[in-house]
Amino acid sequence: MVVVIALVVVVVGSILFHLLSPWWWTPIASNWEYIDATLVITFWITGFVLTAVILFMAYCVWRFRHEPGRVAAFEPENRRLEIWLTVVTGLGVAAMLAPGLVVWKQFVTVPDDATEVEVFAQQWSWSFRLPGEDGRLGTSDAALVGPDNPLGISPFDRFGQDDIIIESDDLYLPIGKPVKMVLRSVDVLHNFYVPEFRAKMDMVPGMVTYFWFTPTRIGEFEVLCAELCGVGHGHMRGYVQIQEETEYQAWLQEQRTFAELWEERRVRTASSDPEQ
Amino acid sequence: MANIPYRPDEQVPPAEVPDVHPPHPHTWIGRWVFSQDAKYIAIQYSATAIAIGLVALVLSWLVRLQLGFPDVFSFSAEAYYQFITMHGMIMVIYLLTAIFLGGFGNYLIPLMVGARDMVFPFVNMLSYWVYLLAVLVLVASFFVPGGPTGAGWTLYPPQAILSGTPGGQDAGIILMLLSLILFIIGFTMGGLNYVVTVLQARTRGMTLMRMPLTVWGIFTATVMALLAFPALFVACVMMLFDRLLSTSFFMPTLVEMGEQLSYGGGSPIVFQHLFWFFGHPEVYIVALPAFGIVSDLISVHARKNVFGYRMMVWAIVIIGALSFIVWAHHMYVSGMHPYFGFFFATTTLIIAVPTAIKVYNWLLTLWRGDIHLTLPMLFALSFVVTFVNGGLTGLFLGNVVVDVPLSDTMFVVAHFHMVMGVAPLMVIFGAIYHWYPLMTGRMLNEAMGQIHFWVTFIGTYAIFFPMHYVGLVGVPRRYPEIGDPAFITTPVDGLNAFISIAAFIVGAAQILFLFNIAWSARNGRDAGGNPWRAASLEWQTPQTPPRHGNWADELPVVYRWAYDYSVPGAPEDFIAQDDPWVQQTAPT
Ligand code: HEM
Ligand SMILES: [Cu+2]
Ligand SMILES: [Cu+2]
Repeated sequence: MVVVIALVVVVVGSILFHLLSPWWWTPIASNWEYIDATLVITFWITGFVLTAVILFMAYCVWRFRHEPGRVAAFEPENRRLEIWLTVVTGLGVAAMLAPGLVVWKQFVTVPDDATEVEVFAQQWSWSFRLPGEDGRLGTSDAALVGPDNPLGISPFDRFGQDDIIIESDDLYLPIGKPVKMVLRSVDVLHNFYVPEFRAKMDMVPGMVTYFWFTPTRIGEFEVLCAELCGVGHGHMRGYVQIQEETEYQAWLQEQRTFAELWEERRVRTASSDPEQ
Repeated sequence: MANIPYRPDEQVPPAEVPDVHPPHPHTWIGRWVFSQDAKYIAIQYSATAIAIGLVALVLSWLVRLQLGFPDVFSFSAEAYYQFITMHGMIMVIYLLTAIFLGGFGNYLIPLMVGARDMVFPFVNMLSYWVYLLAVLVLVASFFVPGGPTGAGWTLYPPQAILSGTPGGQDAGIILMLLSLILFIIGFTMGGLNYVVTVLQARTRGMTLMRMPLTVWGIFTATVMALLAFPALFVACVMMLFDRLLSTSFFMPTLVEMGEQLSYGGGSPIVFQHLFWFFGHPEVYIVALPAFGIVSDLISVHARKNVFGYRMMVWAIVIIGALSFIVWAHHMYVSGMHPYFGFFFATTTLIIAVPTAIKVYNWLLTLWRGDIHLTLPMLFALSFVVTFVNGGLTGLFLGNVVVDVPLSDTMFVVAHFHMVMGVAPLMVIFGAIYHWYPLMTGRMLNEAMGQIHFWVTFIGTYAIFFPMHYVGLVGVPRRYPEIGDPAFITTPVDGLNAFISIAAFIVGAAQILFLFNIAWSARNGRDAGGNPWRAASLEWQTPQTPPRHGNWADELPVVYRWAYDYSVPGAPEDFIAQDDPWVQQTAPT
């Protein structure tokens, strides 16, 4: 009897916790409402199954608990019932998978008008790079990283000269424009994760990964690293500022290009090095 | 012969090979230390696994102290990462894998298939000693300079072998990799034994389709482990080379703290593929024995045959096979080619179907049963609750696009604890309550057992159910302290403290359980030969506990499947597998 009550309490408690507790995802700030929608569908289907299974089990325990004189049935199999259950389950699973795959297709198809923005991770900070006037990011390589070139950008690639470099500072993005986040790491795995954007992706040294999204809400959003990257992992945070186009442009004007930084640093290294 | 498992034989095929008695040891050491008796090896395996599991339990307390009360107990980040890494690795490999295969596998396979022992007793003994060595190497890593590795139980390179990670440039990671390599060697010796014993040493009449589901579960899991562990083995060897010999299997060109390292050309993602090619089957290596055992517990304690036995066997085999083509669902946001997502999401959700069938069949076994709410039955019921809960959240994480916001958050931690932490543990507990009388001749104390059950069931649910919502809010895993970032609209601190307190209480209940095991060995009620009135072969031995060689002069002969409970017309509510009883007027 206690068991039956406990099982019912578990079900009812879980449902009430789900409905009444204040813990829910943070309000979205990107175009990925579809992800939220798929998640809600999944909650409904799985919540229904959980409730049905546990309540059915509670009913069995109550109805068929041992009493003097009770004899169990002898029923080795029931082909029809088994096939029927298999088919229904298959349909339920397909109902969840299909919308999931459709949204995934969108997730992996970057729109043509998306601007590229590079996120650069190293233990344990974030830097960023935006394409300059030419709209293209110059090539880069971890082997080029050095004190005068912290992001490892090729000094010989003309596309890279006007790239805008933001070292260990906030990234600004204009609202409503799709961006392709191009992700690069030079030491270990990291993961660019902003809870409000829903999307995230690992950053892997030796390769370039990406995801895309469109910011839909103005504000400051915290970036967290979501792939264990050593002892500083829990402190590897940064900020993305989503702004109106005009504010964004104003901020953009204040940033320095790769060519400027490169000149300045080369001069500095040369003068501090007596051999040269 | 029509292969219908629930039709008893009237005639049993003759033996194909002569009965071989295992050599009896003559020395004290041969009997009690270097024993070759699978039953004794099983106890050695289980005791070692539980001992090291206690270390993992204590580590989980330390982790929960930090997460629940970050202002009071603030460990260094190094220590925190070492705690979670060792906790996770010990729980998954050194406790769960070892106890299901080395423990239950060794004890139950020979008895359940009617063999005198494992087919290669000497290799079986070696298996345990190599396992023990693996555990000792693991323990040693706590005491070396720099301490154990803090790379996370997934050991992802490059960080696992670099200086930003605890133990990365010290001995910690080396010992971890060596220990895993040893574990795999030890397991392989045992695993070959389990497989060959099931295939070659079954007694007369014990067809494959008459084996208890426990044996099917352990057998399939062992075959899987023999195929999956080699992937981990090569990954460990290669990483060891990267660390010690400066090869670059997993290491691309790297800059660490502004300094160029000498690596170049390798791929960190390849490690992840190897790791999860092992790691996903590993989930089922733990789950399938649990599936098998729980089927038997439900059947015995509901006095009813397992519903849909053939479907259950096929579901086990199909799950085992499919679980080799779903591994990259752990890598949806790893940076692998995004189109893999379509394939792996589909295969992953397909596995849900045979898994759901198993759940239905457990429920339908209860339906119209005669349910005795014994401790094994209680644990079996709580297994179904936690497993279904964890399996359903698996549908979130398997459905690639839903995984994107949830991966690497506490939601994942909650999910895998439900499905591969708590659920299999429930089965282990149920199984110990069920088979302890066979192993000792005494019953475990019922009152202590009830306390243990209720605290564990309600407690673990209270730990891991709310944890999903911490992840849903967006809190990443492997963060010693989240602080109060703006995305958390309702603070989770109170919830975290609650979870931690529940974790301490649940942990304490496990101490009571261990006390019960020790106490009842002397003081428990006498169990008699077959206290649960079970039909399967292990309860039909001439002595309880069974002696070396298991059976009397003759091997038992099997006439029927393991599930003849409440057969209409039978004199009792169960018919043992070696009972030749047939209904006089056979039903058509
Ligand atoms: C009383 C029981 C347990 C408690 C309270 C507990 C608690 C925890 C906590 C708090 C974490 C750290 C989560 C994070 O921040 O990433 C963790 C990680 C983990 N636990 Fe447990 N755990 C328990 C039992 C188990 C069991 C039985 C298993 C076996 C499957 C297990 C496997 C793991 C694994 C694989 C990790 C991941 C480690 C990593 O991130 O590298 N735990 N556990
Ligand atoms: Cu990180
Ligand atoms: Cu998996």
